[in-house]
Amino acid sequence: MSNMKLTLHIWRQRNANDTGTFETHTVEANEHMSFLEMLDVLNQGLIEQKKIPVAFEHDCREGICGACSMVINGRPHGLLGGTTVCQLHMRFFKDGDHIWVEPFRAKAFKVIRDLVVDRSSFDRIIQAGGYVSVNTGGTPDGNAIPIEKDIASQSMDAAACIGCGACVAACPNGSAMLFTAAKASHLGLLPQGEVENSRRVQAMVHQHDKEGFGRCSNTYACEAECPKEISVTNIARLNRWYLKSSLGSNV
Amino acid sequence: MSLTGIFLILFLIVHMSGNLQLLSDDGGRSFNIYAAFMSENPLIRVVSIGLYTFILLHSFQGIALAIMNRKAKGGKYAHGKVAGATWASKNMALLGILIFAFLCLHMGDFWVKMRFTDQLTMVTYPGHDEAVQDIYSRVNVAFQEPWVVIVYLIGVFALAVHLIHGFQSAFQTLGIAHEKYSPAINIIGWIYTVLICGGFAIMPLYHYFLR
Repeated sequence: MSNMKLTLHIWRQRNANDTGTFETHTVEANEHMSFLEMLDVLNQGLIEQKKIPVAFEHDCREGICGACSMVINGRPHGLLGGTTVCQLHMRFFKDGDHIWVEPFRAKAFKVIRDLVVDRSSFDRIIQAGGYVSVNTGGTPDGNAIPIEKDIASQSMDAAACIGCGACVAACPNGSAMLFTAAKASHLGLLPQGEVENSRRVQAMVHQHDKEGFGRCSNTYACEAECPKEISVTNIARLNRWYLKSSLGSNV
Repeated sequence: MSLTGIFLILFLIVHMSGNLQLLSDDGGRSFNIYAAFMSENPLIRVVSIGLYTFILLHSFQGIALAIMNRKAKGGKYAHGKVAGATWASKNMALLGILIFAFLCLHMGDFWVKMRFTDQLTMVTYPGHDEAVQDIYSRVNVAFQEPWVVIVYLIGVFALAVHLIHGFQSAFQTLGIAHEKYSPAINIIGWIYTVLICGGFAIMPLYHYFLR
C-alpha cells in the first residue's frame, strides 16, 4: 500500500454572498482511498486543529446517488470518465501532486458553503413535469404493456442520469440541457409517459430557462463529463419534441 | 441560429460556385456578365434582401445568445479544462464577430462600389448586348495588395472554423441526430467546409500570384 503526500488547493466560501478563495493544505493519503475518503482525512486533521472542516456533499459513495459534486483540476468529478468523485480513487494521483478542488460553477448553482452548491433548480425542473401523472394503482404485471427492447434500452440509458449537475458544471454556457433532456427522454419514450409528453417537454424547458441556466450551443462538454455517460442524442430528441410540441397541437 | 445558419450555408454554395468564374481565363467576361445578372435579376434581388436579413438575424441572435450564456456561467475554473468541447464550439461568437467584420470590409470593397458608385468602368463584350460594370478588374486590383489577400485568408479561415462546429450543430439543434446519420452529417460538414473555404481561399491567391 503506497502512501502519497498531496497539496490541495481547495475552495473555501462561507456562503453565497462571500467571494471565496482557495486555501492550501497538505494531506497524506494512500492509493486505496476514494477522493472523498481523502477529504475525510483532511477534515479529521482540520477538526483536530480546531479548524472548520471543508463542506462537501456525499451520500451513497457508490456512484449512484448524485450527491457528490466537485470540480477537480478543472474537470467535474475529476479526470476519470464515467465516474463520480466518490468512485475516483487516489491511485489515479501521484505523490507530490497539486490538486485544485472547486465547486460546480454556474449562475443557477449558488454556493451554499465551500464545495456545496444549491441544486434545487433541478428539483423544480422535475416538478415542472418530470413525472407521470396517472394513477398506477398496485404493482402492474411486468408484461402487461409490451415495450420494444430498443425503446426500453433508450429510456433506461436516459434514466441512468443521477441528477448530479456535472453537465451544468462542464458546460461553457452553464446550461442544464443534458439533465432536462435525460429526464424528458426517460419518461417520454415509454408508453406510460408518452401520453403527456408535449406538455411535459414545454413545462420542463421553460422551467430550465426560468432557473437561469444558459442555452445549449452543442459544445458536447456535458456528454464528455457526465459520470453516467448520458448521450447528447437525448438533447437532439428533446429539441425535436420541443419543436413538435411548439408547432403542433393535440386538438 | 440553426435555421438562419442553414440558409447562410446554402448561400455560400451559390456564392462560392458563382465566384469560381474569377478563375476563368477570359479576361473577366463570364464573371462580369454573371455579376451584372446577379445584381439585376428581380428574383435574386428579393433573395438578397432575405440574405441580408438573415445575416443580421444570425448575428444579433448570436450576440444575444453569447451574452445570455456568459451570464449563466458562474465563472472560470482556476486550473485545467473540461473535456469534450472543441475550441471552435466555445468561440462561435468570437469567430462570428471576426466574420462579420470581414463581411463589412468585403461588402465595402465590392458590393458598395458596384451598387452605389460609378467608380467601376463599363465594358462591353461581343455577343452580349449591354455594357456591364468591370468588377473583375476591381477584384484583380484589390488582390494585388498583400494585406488584402491576408485579410481575406483570415476571414475565410475564421469562416472555416465557424462552419466546422456550426454545420453539425445546426442539425443537432433541429433534433436531427441519429447513430447512422450523425457521422454522415459530420463528414459532409467537413467536406463542405474544405470545398467552400478552399474555393474562397484560392481566389485571392490566384489573383495575387498568377494575374
